[in-house]
Amino acid sequence: MTKKQIFVLQLIFTLLVCSFLIIPVFLSALAGITENFFIGIKSGFTLRWVFEVLDLYSETIYLSLIIAITCLLATLIIGIPAAYVLARIGGRISRIIEETIVLPVAIPGLAIALALIIIYGGYRDFRSSWYFILVGHILFTLPFMVRSVLAVLSSTNFKELEEGAASLGAPFWTRFITIVLPNIKQGILAGSLMVFTLSIGEFNLTWMLHTPITKTLPVGLADSYASMRLEVASAYTLIFFIMIIPLLLGMQFLSRKKY
Amino acid sequence: MQKGNTSIDLISCGKTFKDGTRALNKLNLNIKGGETVVLLGPSGCGKTTLLRIIAGLEEPDDGGQVLFNKENVTKLLIEKRNVGMVFQSYALFPNMNVKENIGYGLKVRKLDTKQIDDRVSEMLNMMSISDLSFRTIDQLSGGQRQRVALARAIAVRPRVLLLDEPLTALDAILRDRLRGEIDSLLRSLEITAIYVTHDQSEAMALGDRIVVMSDGKISQIGTPRDIYFHPENEFVADFIGTINRISGNNLKKLVSVEGQELLFRPEDIEVVEKNISHLTGIVKASFFLGEKTRLIVNYNSTEQLSVEGKFKKEYKIGSEIYLKFNLETSITLPN
Repeated sequence: MTKKQIFVLQLIFTLLVCSFLIIPVFLSALAGITENFFIGIKSGFTLRWVFEVLDLYSETIYLSLIIAITCLLATLIIGIPAAYVLARIGGRISRIIEETIVLPVAIPGLAIALALIIIYGGYRDFRSSWYFILVGHILFTLPFMVRSVLAVLSSTNFKELEEGAASLGAPFWTRFITIVLPNIKQGILAGSLMVFTLSIGEFNLTWMLHTPITKTLPVGLADSYASMRLEVASAYTLIFFIMIIPLLLGMQFLSRKKY
Repeated sequence: MQKGNTSIDLISCGKTFKDGTRALNKLNLNIKGGETVVLLGPSGCGKTTLLRIIAGLEEPDDGGQVLFNKENVTKLLIEKRNVGMVFQSYALFPNMNVKENIGYGLKVRKLDTKQIDDRVSEMLNMMSISDLSFRTIDQLSGGQRQRVALARAIAVRPRVLLLDEPLTALDAILRDRLRGEIDSLLRSLEITAIYVTHDQSEAMALGDRIVVMSDGKISQIGTPRDIYFHPENEFVADFIGTINRISGNNLKKLVSVEGQELLFRPEDIEVVEKNISHLTGIVKASFFLGEKTRLIVNYNSTEQLSVEGKFKKEYKIGSEIYLKFNLETSITLPN
């Protein structure tokens, strides 16, 4: 077999696997804009299901966005300084702290949700507000921000850059803002996209923590599949895709770019 | 340019790191305003630690003091000491272009835009890098980065210039050329400069005085000539240039005292005719270096000497060679 033949075979195989995954998704999206899914495309295309979703579930979309944005801000404020300190102290302590921060990713979302309910469930107001869900999201997404920024910090000799800036008279905060932050831009950006995307799509934790008035998009989506007709749930999924695919593409683009 | 009259005094400065390594034993050092002092020594001798203590990047152990113009700056952080520093890997800021890098220290000092522009242009001209103004750091060659690093350090008109092995990362030809440029720069600036290197020819070329260091201690301080012609101990004699050790027993024609060991530089051993020679040897290796030739000569079957000179004649390996020594050129270590 020639190299070219092997390559073509591998390509066909990859495309087949991809289509196995993508076709159901595509059909689902298609169902969202079909008049009647059980009749098929013959019944015609329509946007009425999309409008119905926006009518019924606009709050969930809105809440998901609010939580994602707030989660992003929180992880930026907590995560960037944390990564900086970890990179500065280095050594075993730094690694131990890093492992602790990453722990929530390994633990099942349901377990984290239960833990939160057990400890903080007593605070009625907190428990029934969207802040409760936000806390879960921050726990889950913070490691991604920290890791992302830490990776960039570890690969640049930022200590020497800081010493250079200090030798020119720059005090700590000036150095941090003019030298450290601009040089970890890539890490912050990549981390931000990841946090935002993860928050929008988060289900496990949110499902356990939600109340009827604090439903996020994925929770509403599960609801609609359980209680609404297929076309409505599919339209809902379509909206979700439209929100999330640009983010995913952005993450892909950033991870490829060499800085 | 500001006339450098900042003297530096180090009193009882030592440094032990958190993990217990004793990088520097307590030492004293006085540097006159305007002079260029080179800290010379092998890796691990403490020269970089000493430089960093002067800079303010490290604090000396308890009891150590650093004085600039007799003013105690020991507790001052580097950002308050008004020094200019050139790092071994230059530490240029990747998020800024050349102009912005050079102007950074001035921006931090809140000079107005026109002042910054003028000073940066002055620096660009001085270092002959005006055409690189808008390049980013990754678009510069090693030599260019070096020049930017220098320009950036001098732009703030520091009272002291500190250079940490700035030429080590460059190839030999570039190093030679830049060494000359740095030399004329330091002379024209008349600034107090401290230069760290492990390369002794660099040290000899640039230093008004050289501080030879080893194992965290100062071995000798002196002018290049002092160090070369009058080393005060074994280490300095060995480290600077090459030194030949030969027992007096082998030079019976020359010395009468038995058991004495004599030290000679390779260029002070003459190759002569057999009848006026003091020692016969066999040529073991021959290196033609262009302006001179270096011969490794065996005698007494196991002993070796390094002989240098402008030999037009080629000495074949394995051939006999006749050497003459002059007691006046031998080096005596004080005891």
